Amino acid sequence: MRIEGRVWVIEKDGKLIDDIDTDMIYHNKYLHITDKNEMAKYAFSNLEGWQDFPEKAKEGDIIIAGENFGCGSSRQHAVDCFIALGIKAIVAKSFGAIYKRNAINSGLAIVECKDIDKAGLKNGDVIEIDLERGDIKKDGKTIAKAKPMSPVQAAIYRAGGLFAYAKSI
Amino acid sequence: MPTIIEKIFRKHSEDRVEVGSTIWLDVDLRTARDFAGAQVVKNLLENYDGDYIDDPSKTFFTFDCNAPANTIGYANNQQICREFARKNGIKVFDVNRGIGSHVVIEEGLAYPGITAVGTDSHFNILGSIGAFGQGMGDVDIAFVFKTGKTWFEVPPTVKVNFIGMPDSRWTAKDLALLCVKELKGKVLGKAIEFYGEIVDKLSLAGRITLASMVTEMGGIIGFIPPNEEVIEFCKRRANKDMQPVYADKDANYEEEIDIDVSNLEPLIALPGNPANVKRVADLPSISVDSVFIGSCTNGREEDIEAAYNILKGKKIAENVMLKIVPATRQVWQYMLDKGIMKGLFDAGAIISHAACGGCASGQIGMTGRGEVQISTSNRNFKGKQGEGDTYLASPETAAASALAGYITEVEE
Ligand code: SF4
Repeated sequence: MRIEGRVWVIEKDGKLIDDIDTDMIYHNKYLHITDKNEMAKYAFSNLEGWQDFPEKAKEGDIIIAGENFGCGSSRQHAVDCFIALGIKAIVAKSFGAIYKRNAINSGLAIVECKDIDKAGLKNGDVIEIDLERGDIKKDGKTIAKAKPMSPVQAAIYRAGGLFAYAKSI
Repeated sequence: MPTIIEKIFRKHSEDRVEVGSTIWLDVDLRTARDFAGAQVVKNLLENYDGDYIDDPSKTFFTFDCNAPANTIGYANNQQICREFARKNGIKVFDVNRGIGSHVVIEEGLAYPGITAVGTDSHFNILGSIGAFGQGMGDVDIAFVFKTGKTWFEVPPTVKVNFIGMPDSRWTAKDLALLCVKELKGKVLGKAIEFYGEIVDKLSLAGRITLASMVTEMGGIIGFIPPNEEVIEFCKRRANKDMQPVYADKDANYEEEIDIDVSNLEPLIALPGNPANVKRVADLPSISVDSVFIGSCTNGREEDIEAAYNILKGKKIAENVMLKIVPATRQVWQYMLDKGIMKGLFDAGAIISHAACGGCASGQIGMTGRGEVQISTSNRNFKGKQGEGDTYLASPETAAASALAGYITEVEE
């Protein structure tokens, strides 16, 4: 399974931001919203320097972030807001455990890559990710190796999420 | 060689179990509580048409967060679960029964070696009996209700060795608080196994206390290898033979951490952070407005009896509100039978019926801004138990503080 898309490097002062928590991704003051399309407007709306992300992001884009992405509360909104924006994958050095579960269960590709900060990516670069092999390529050249998606995660992803997967078994 | 979690997973999965791999896990026991239970129902109704429950005999609702409901939101959610349960042949442990993670042990539904999940972030309490328990969100739990399975990434295991034995007064809560302080940041996303003389000596109630705070340590679950007492209890309750799971001597631990407990003494976590742990003796004089004894961490017979032994025949300080909430109906019964109820009443306590009660925003009330509370529960993040300042300590320290009117340990 391959994904290709334009990247957004979520950094500050030239360094990937670590510990982006669920309140920075999707602030608790918008938790009452139940319409997923409306959630798109608030993605990263509490992350300094990235408040305008929903206007900039396009269908098919990929997010690049640092350690412990999505730590904090278990809110599903922090995943759904990206899905609503059309984000195809999040590549981060590591993820909060519950965020990772929520994203995979919703069919959002989660790519764990310890060395993504060394890949020299800039906003707008186009990369290709082979989810099952873990290869991340730019212009046909491998620029980083990610943890391959496990067969279980791949099966859920291919089905389009956990509930869809349940229908297939 | 496999650790405890790896052994349990091997018996519950057809996939290759190794650290870091993601496996499909068969789940023996599946529960949802009144918090998130209605969401589980909604997920099932929206995504499937009928045939919602893989195995009703393994699926339960447990109402404990707000029991009986004192908000319309909770009342509605409980009723949604009840109606769904009736239609689908699922048993409900209703608002009269107590904290779900305890009820499943008392009912013999959870016992050594099984796998269990629920919508309760402290469901890893089942590590106290050598079972795998895990709290999950409503999407995950709906999937388990429907299929009987969940996916799980096999975590590495850290072995914690307690060294020495304290000769002064100590409780399981002090041990748990010491672990939160020492292990915070070192066990994130990992399983723990606890060993040492002090663990062997812990009663079931003490084991529950220690296991319940693994969530605050940042761990996935903490296993306490079951002793005879635990196995006997579980056998009686489950009415079946069971195979407790122990690690091999040369199991593959990611790390071993030694914690010296020879100087363990009454400890307390300062407001806002369960890992900000100090010796009670080192605190300046802090007057308390309210005292809460209960929760999944310290709501067992033994916990309430320990408080009773300190309070009986005495009166709590004027202006102190003492709130006591047994974890389950069985604990209530014990308090009645032993005359503990009367003793606590005479000492001036408010006694609520069994549930989470004063933890989160349950039925026994919250703290107001500026209110100083000493609580036996497990979390004291701002807002969790109201807007006041909450200190975490043992039932003994809480009871002694209720008598004194300020935070203090039990006098020898
Ligand atoms: S007592 Fe508190 S921490 Fe324990 S299950 Fe209930 S709400 Fe959660």
